[in-house]
Amino acid sequence: MGNLLEISSTMLYTAFILYLIATAFFGATIKQNKNSNQKGLAEKIGISLTVIGFLAQLVYFVTRWMASGHAPVSNMFEFVTFFGMAMVLAFIILYFIYRFTILGLFALPVAMIVIAYASMFPRDIAPLVPSLQSHWLYIHVTTVALGNGILAISFVAGLIYLIRQIDQSVSSKRTTWLELILYTLVLFIGFSVITVIFNITGYEAKFNYVENGNEVTANYHMPPIVGPKEAQAMTQGTMEPWFETPEWMHGKDAPRKFNTLIWSFLTGTLLYLLTRLALRKRIGAAIQPILKKANPDLLDEVSYRAVAIGFPVFTLGGLIFAAIWAQIAWDRFWGWDPKEVWALITWFFYAAFLHLRLSRGWHGERSAWLAVGGFAIIMFNLIGVNLLLAGLHSYA
Amino acid sequence: MNNIKCECGHVNPEGTVLCEACGKPIEKNQHIDGNDTKKLLNMRYDGTARRSQTYNKSFIDKTWAFFSSVKVGVWLIVIALIASAIGTIYPQQQYIPTDAISRDPAVFYEDRYGIFGKIFYQLGLHNLYSSWWYMLLIALIGVSLVICSLDRFVPLYKALKRQKPKRHKTFISRQRFYSETDNVSDDEVEQLKTELQRQRYKISEDNGHILAEKGRFSRWGPYVNHIGLIIILIAALLRTTPLFYLDQYVWVREGEQVVIPGTDGEYFIENKKFILETYDENDERFKEAIKKQGEMIPSNFQTNAIIYKVKDDGVVGSTKELEKVKEDEIRLNHPLKFDGYTLYQAGYQLNEFTSMSFKLHKTDDPEEKAIDTFQIDLTNPKNEYKLDNGFVVKIDDYLPDYELYNGQPKSKTNYPRNPAFVFLVYPPNKDDVEISFAGIGRNIDATGENEYKLGITDFDVRNASGLTVRRDYTLPLFGLGALIFMIGVIQGMYWQHRRIWIHPNQNTLLLAAHTNKNWFGLKKDIEKAIANTSVNNVSDQQELDK
Ligand code: HEM
Repeated sequence: MGNLLEISSTMLYTAFILYLIATAFFGATIKQNKNSNQKGLAEKIGISLTVIGFLAQLVYFVTRWMASGHAPVSNMFEFVTFFGMAMVLAFIILYFIYRFTILGLFALPVAMIVIAYASMFPRDIAPLVPSLQSHWLYIHVTTVALGNGILAISFVAGLIYLIRQIDQSVSSKRTTWLELILYTLVLFIGFSVITVIFNITGYEAKFNYVENGNEVTANYHMPPIVGPKEAQAMTQGTMEPWFETPEWMHGKDAPRKFNTLIWSFLTGTLLYLLTRLALRKRIGAAIQPILKKANPDLLDEVSYRAVAIGFPVFTLGGLIFAAIWAQIAWDRFWGWDPKEVWALITWFFYAAFLHLRLSRGWHGERSAWLAVGGFAIIMFNLIGVNLLLAGLHSYA
Repeated sequence: MNNIKCECGHVNPEGTVLCEACGKPIEKNQHIDGNDTKKLLNMRYDGTARRSQTYNKSFIDKTWAFFSSVKVGVWLIVIALIASAIGTIYPQQQYIPTDAISRDPAVFYEDRYGIFGKIFYQLGLHNLYSSWWYMLLIALIGVSLVICSLDRFVPLYKALKRQKPKRHKTFISRQRFYSETDNVSDDEVEQLKTELQRQRYKISEDNGHILAEKGRFSRWGPYVNHIGLIIILIAALLRTTPLFYLDQYVWVREGEQVVIPGTDGEYFIENKKFILETYDENDERFKEAIKKQGEMIPSNFQTNAIIYKVKDDGVVGSTKELEKVKEDEIRLNHPLKFDGYTLYQAGYQLNEFTSMSFKLHKTDDPEEKAIDTFQIDLTNPKNEYKLDNGFVVKIDDYLPDYELYNGQPKSKTNYPRNPAFVFLVYPPNKDDVEISFAGIGRNIDATGENEYKLGITDFDVRNASGLTVRRDYTLPLFGLGALIFMIGVIQGMYWQHRRIWIHPNQNTLLLAAHTNKNWFGLKKDIEKAIANTSVNNVSDQQELDK
């Protein structure tokens, strides 16, 4: 069994590396435009590596399932990793419809950011509490992840569209917003980087504090910039917190999470500034030239088509299967739990998107911004709701 | 009605944008779909007249036009979206955590979230999803759905029915996909036709004009899915009535048999046993996670239950005879179903007291030798216990679930979870009475001068199961609505209505094509069809790259 787990994590690692190399090959297809033979080869290698990487991740999934006895979609690490995997699958599907290599150049890095992010959460195999012991857990979670993965490709195509189309010669509101999106992606990298760094150094600091009348311990793995309110440091020789967690932040481990958030922001911002310094222009402006050959009509089409394909899948998994399971497990198919509400919000959002596409004037750039907005909502439901709003769902 | 006659001879109803027969733009109506400012024609319902766009005078016309507008529909959806998001800022009332200082919303929100919590509560946002305005919003979306579907149903039906192969030249040249080719031979046209047929296009012809069409049924997708949504809304409405929806809660203690609420006394449940299991903390797989959690992780909550039905209700006053209907285990994710009712494992209480035994002894007896003993049945405590050797013990006060609240003894609930008693002890042949307080782990002598003392010698406990009782006749309706919705979206999203027109114009062959989505797929179809002919590929006249 220990062996299985080892195979499992090796395979996840392998998949990650393969996606990285595949991205490089997709990148090569742009530069080697003149020589179409080489381009074809780079493209073929790129997609083959992606498929092999996906298979490796599938092995990760199956072996972890065998090791734990339940489908690995029951905690933050497992669920978000699976979402990254679904994104890759969605990319592969859309690639074979459109044969659009530039999509891979962006979809794989986004998927990798997601997987790296997920890997920073505790990876222990946790037993399933009774409410999760249902086949509907697997059916529901896998369908939602697939739906979200397809919708995420809409974001990727929309992002490429924006980078391709937005005038970078002058600074405007639009360039600022676009930079903000790219900066946010860098923040996620920042989180992964800083977590790895302190994991390697093995930093630890413990605090005791009182929450809702109970004595609890906070176990920091990063130097405490912000400490729990009225906390007592339990570890010798660690840094003195600079300030205390504000009163209104509640929930399990709020101070530790807030501290991690600050570190991620600092690291991400530093990474972003260094990149800007090296590029001497906006990141968007730096990427723009390589997208010259991408056809904006096609980008718009892919972005919209991904929503058309993903919307029914999401509805089925996120609302219908979710309701069936909730009916069996909690005796009500709908309970206005924050996670449920945010699934409804996602659904409303994409319904609005589809209706707007019926009218003129909502194609192209506006549509691309909407695709970004939809992805923001999905990510909030995936990550934000767990960290900020407490609920029944256990991926904390 | 001001009908409009087109040059092709067809008479169109008022409000028509593109002639129903030949597609020629009707001059004075081009502003309706914005064709006057654009090169490409708006192909919405092929330019058929729509009520909402045509009549705009009376109040009814205006209301109709308002609700049938997609713009209004989108606004309603966006407002519902924002409102839903606001409701998640703080927990809704039913999710006030159990560790809260008080589950009274008037106290909780302000206590935990300060001034914003207070505002949240005072605006009623703690019950947002059952507020009248949220329900109104959802109802308005429903109204909008119905009206907009009706508004477009007939135009769409007409547009789809009247697919004439022969179209006006302007209609052809103002399509998004368009090409012109000179000197195309008849053979090549034939070949084009066969190739399109092979791709499962339906071909209709009129005097050399050809229409190739496929996936027409997908145009009905939105109407099908909207019908599904309307069914879901109706189901939600019915669910608010007790006739269709029953929701009760019942506590059953082990060994007990109680009537199931909401069944008119027709069904009884017996709790044979309640079981709580936890994961083995030494399990190799889960060791780490359990250690991190710092507490036991439950693996199963289960009630072994028997359901009985009253056998014969004929004779009034006769003791009812019960008939066993079903025996099953109720677990989370495994409810028990019988005759339309469903029982869910929803709560539990471990170790409720059923009986307690006391002994009476002299306060100064170091051996605490029992003078006498008695047992209190907590399901039915008596007022007075007469002991054999003349003592009488009266229960002055009974607190089933004792706690000290602001220095005052109080019972938290009515369930015997932590029973405590104030006893009056009457020794034989004595007038004065001694007051004694006894509970688990405490025995207080109020005056400090008592001659006798009461001590707990034994007790029995049992578990209790909390079960929800549901009967929901709306579930099939919700299921049906969801099914129809899914069929509708898949129909509309995974298929597309593709049309290709071939228009001979003297020596030139005009080729035009339209689809409601997936232009890429349409283009591939055309490329395949013209592969071995001299026909020029269509160019995309809409360009985003400007
Ligand atoms: C949450 C509620 C709603 C959902 C989930 C929904 C869903 C959909 C979907 C999936 C489509 C197909 C879109 C496409 O093919 O690209 C559609 C089309 C449409 N919807 Fe809705 N809809 C909703 C509410 C409304 C409302 C309130 C209106 C009223 C204005 C409306 C009017 C329309 C119209 C006019 C179409 C196009 C029909 C056609 O192409 O013939 N929808 N809807």
